[in-house]
Amino acid sequence: MNRGLNRILYFTLAITLAALWALPFMYSVWTAFHDEKYSANFQLGAPWTFENFFRAWQAAPFSLYFANTLILITIVLVANLILCTLIAYAFVRYKFRWAGFLFALIMVQLLISPEILIVENYLTLSRIGLTDTIIGIALPYLTSAFGIFLLRQTFLTVPKSLDEAAQIEGAGAWRVLWNVYVPLAWPIYLAYSLVSVSFHWNNFLWPLIVTNSPEVRPLTVGLSVFATVDSGVEWSLVNAATLMTTAPLIIAFIIFQRQFVANFMRAGIK
Amino acid sequence: MTTSKSLATLLGATSLTIASAAAVSAADLEFYFPVGVNAPAVETIQALTDEWAAANPQHTVKAVYAGNYEETTTKALTAANAGQAPQVAVLLSIDLFTLIEEDVILPISDIANSDADKEWIAGFYPGFMKDSQFEGKTYAIPFQRSTPVFYYNKDAFREAGLDPEAPPTTWDEMIEVGKALTVKDDNGNVTRWGTRIPTLGLGGAWLFGGLVVSKGDVLTTETGIEARMDTPATLASLEFLLRLAEEEVMAPGGITWGDTPKAFLEGQTASMWTSTGNLAFVEENAEFDWGVGFLPGGDGPGAPIGGGNFYIFEDTTEEEREAALDFIRFMTSPESAAKWSIATGYVAPRPDAWETPEMKEYAERLPQALVALDQLEYAEREFATFQRAKVTQYLVDAIESVVTGNAEPAEALAKAQEGADKVLGDYQ
Amino acid sequence: MNNRLSFRLAMIMLVMPCSLLVAFTHYPTIRAVINSFWNNGSSRRPSRFVGTENYHALLEDDRLAQVLINSTIYALGTIPLAIGLAIGMALLVNSRLPGTALMRLSFFMPTMLPMIAVANIWLFFYAPGIGLASQILDLFGLPSINFLGRTDTALASMMFVAVWKEAGLFMIFYLAALQSVPTNLKDAARLEGASAFRVFWDVVMPLLRPTTIFVAVNALINAFRLVDHVIVMTEGGPNSSTALLLYYIFEVTFRQRDFAYGATLTVLMVFLLGLLAIFQFWILNRKAHYQ
Repeated sequence: MNRGLNRILYFTLAITLAALWALPFMYSVWTAFHDEKYSANFQLGAPWTFENFFRAWQAAPFSLYFANTLILITIVLVANLILCTLIAYAFVRYKFRWAGFLFALIMVQLLISPEILIVENYLTLSRIGLTDTIIGIALPYLTSAFGIFLLRQTFLTVPKSLDEAAQIEGAGAWRVLWNVYVPLAWPIYLAYSLVSVSFHWNNFLWPLIVTNSPEVRPLTVGLSVFATVDSGVEWSLVNAATLMTTAPLIIAFIIFQRQFVANFMRAGIK
Repeated sequence: MTTSKSLATLLGATSLTIASAAAVSAADLEFYFPVGVNAPAVETIQALTDEWAAANPQHTVKAVYAGNYEETTTKALTAANAGQAPQVAVLLSIDLFTLIEEDVILPISDIANSDADKEWIAGFYPGFMKDSQFEGKTYAIPFQRSTPVFYYNKDAFREAGLDPEAPPTTWDEMIEVGKALTVKDDNGNVTRWGTRIPTLGLGGAWLFGGLVVSKGDVLTTETGIEARMDTPATLASLEFLLRLAEEEVMAPGGITWGDTPKAFLEGQTASMWTSTGNLAFVEENAEFDWGVGFLPGGDGPGAPIGGGNFYIFEDTTEEEREAALDFIRFMTSPESAAKWSIATGYVAPRPDAWETPEMKEYAERLPQALVALDQLEYAEREFATFQRAKVTQYLVDAIESVVTGNAEPAEALAKAQEGADKVLGDYQ
Repeated sequence: MNNRLSFRLAMIMLVMPCSLLVAFTHYPTIRAVINSFWNNGSSRRPSRFVGTENYHALLEDDRLAQVLINSTIYALGTIPLAIGLAIGMALLVNSRLPGTALMRLSFFMPTMLPMIAVANIWLFFYAPGIGLASQILDLFGLPSINFLGRTDTALASMMFVAVWKEAGLFMIFYLAALQSVPTNLKDAARLEGASAFRVFWDVVMPLLRPTTIFVAVNALINAFRLVDHVIVMTEGGPNSSTALLLYYIFEVTFRQRDFAYGATLTVLMVFLLGLLAIFQFWILNRKAHYQ
């Protein structure tokens, strides 16, 4: 009897919390599909419309912003995967005197991320003339301490016997890496990719500083430029634009929910 | 080399020379501009830009929407520092000193020195030219200028038994009228405020400037090194804002700029103080009868002038400057200015723009558009000094601390003056 | 592995990739320190060496004092709240109640959104009189609250936005941890008559400690790193009540164009983060002794 009551209690609590949690986002979505005048007057039976999306799409070059974001996350991800693998491999497979020191140095980036040093990083970029370029946005993130950390943990779990067996068969360092370590770390690569993509898709402050022209603006900056206005804000339009720019990630998430969750979990446990 | 080869080389060289000679008078212009979400505004700029480009096929012009005013200035400066400045931009009139200090713009009067040009410059409203000049030279050309005006809901006036054709003109009237307009529901909560004056951020500082002007003083002068933050006028202005909240005419606490038009349209407030640039937005969305009047003033009418001017950048070639000047002349021509003004509600900066048939028809259809123009004679320049962002922040802090109840007006203003003097001391 | 690292391999595998990292982490830190001893220059007045003048300005900066207080409150508020909510959510989602997949979607969704989208949504939500929060308050006959316009509610409102975004992500980490708690442990405790609460507090919580440490570190980093919502929603106001340290650095450097003072503030920030790191390390080491 007690347990039944408990269950109902917990269920109500859970549903209420989940509903409240979803409320702001759901209302934003609702507003995006309805005319501006309902944005401050919720009416259940209000007519649906796609008008806001059309207007938002035309008001700013969102397709360009999408392309920029895609290019950006691809550059960062590919560089991350390659560079972090190399560094992690070096740490795991080789002994050298300054290993501990170097590793500590790298882990500093976990706490002092490039945004913290935004002033100087911006000046550096300006000096080498890469402001207002996509590669400029990507540059500070090409090597990720988090990626190195994850991969090192993973590589450490690779059985030495496999490595030695490959060596006996005459494989050099690169072969061993490619044939032994990389395949075994495959789930971690996947997990890390998801984390990296969502991080860089959503990154705002650094790209805001680095970019000027619409040609290189990623989605987040494009959205903010769209939404901060000096004349009256049209909420239905802004919400439509917000939804448009976040839709791909959301749709991907809903479809691949279980994998997403599993992979984020994996990235965390290790 | 064989004969044919040398002939080919000669031909090649000649054609190259001819081609580059033709290219000498061609310019590629990059034009930064700030506009809001308001889609018709962006389209209008694009249409005007395209029109000029079509009429001048030897040049190209690329209109770059760079965000709001602050962002556009930041981007222009950033680009200039990186050696990739645009050639021409519409930036805040008050950024004049910053742009001069960073040495990125040139005096337009230096390149517009023919008699025709001088006449053209003289054809702008003097009110708008006040903040375009420094040390005797004209650095900017007015483009999208505005003053804030008092929008009010005529239906609400009628409901409250007030004359819808007689908006308040003084601060005391504002309070009286405001009290009658405020509506509360059965729970005692206010469902409609009498008025709404943005007090947060730069928007709040802008409107505050208008209050100060109406008490007969100014916040800054044309030297750019003086900030008058601690004066009887500023004190009276802050006290007025506090009174509005005390008498329950206006919501207490900080009020944002961005939400104000929406609140007005939703009937959350019976009147609002905001830029004439919102005219088109209100016209399109208002579901009630509305009117526009002067800002109620302390000792008489007063308003700040705001908006953006055209600037030409220093890092440009002669051809680019010529092209830029021509572009600006086109954009501020009577027809273009009329189109821009009608699309947004900004005040067309030249009397001859108001004489065009389009503008006359517009003024007849929407007489509210004339109010900002009429108010111009009582308007003064917006807060502008060297190191503007830093110095304005002191003013913003003072206003915000007072309206949120965290400081008394006198001490807040004294503190702001101290801060401003410290920064500007370097320039004196 | 005991292989020796050849010079060639070292260059390719370590030096080149790491130099990128160093270029944007360690090098800028050093440059920030150097630049903090020069004053801000412009085309008309080139920058000159001023020694510790910028640091004196730091000490006299009232706004900075408020910023530091804000950042502290913000960190101390968001981290425990996010962790607490995350544990609660994980427990609910992990239970055998119906609809957990939907619950999980609802809790995790905010994490997928960029902070500036979150900021827009909440700006709209908080708008006094016209936003959803006010509409709901109105339903209950309550007056609308000017969340972002009052100095006593603004920071808390921003903190809630951050928690809303983060808690779902932390929930996932706790879910992973919960699912790896051996059921026999819980069963054993229950057999001995322990209530559900006791089972949780005495058996499960200690096992969650590594996750909590991981989550807390993440939350701490985010509390300093993420200021997108401040830029979009309040610009540090009203009256500096929502200004966080990184936001202040952004405002001073890129809005007020004072790069020298920005560098000085950066040095301060790195110093504070360094202190925090050492402090964390010290705590972790102490805890390790008890293991």
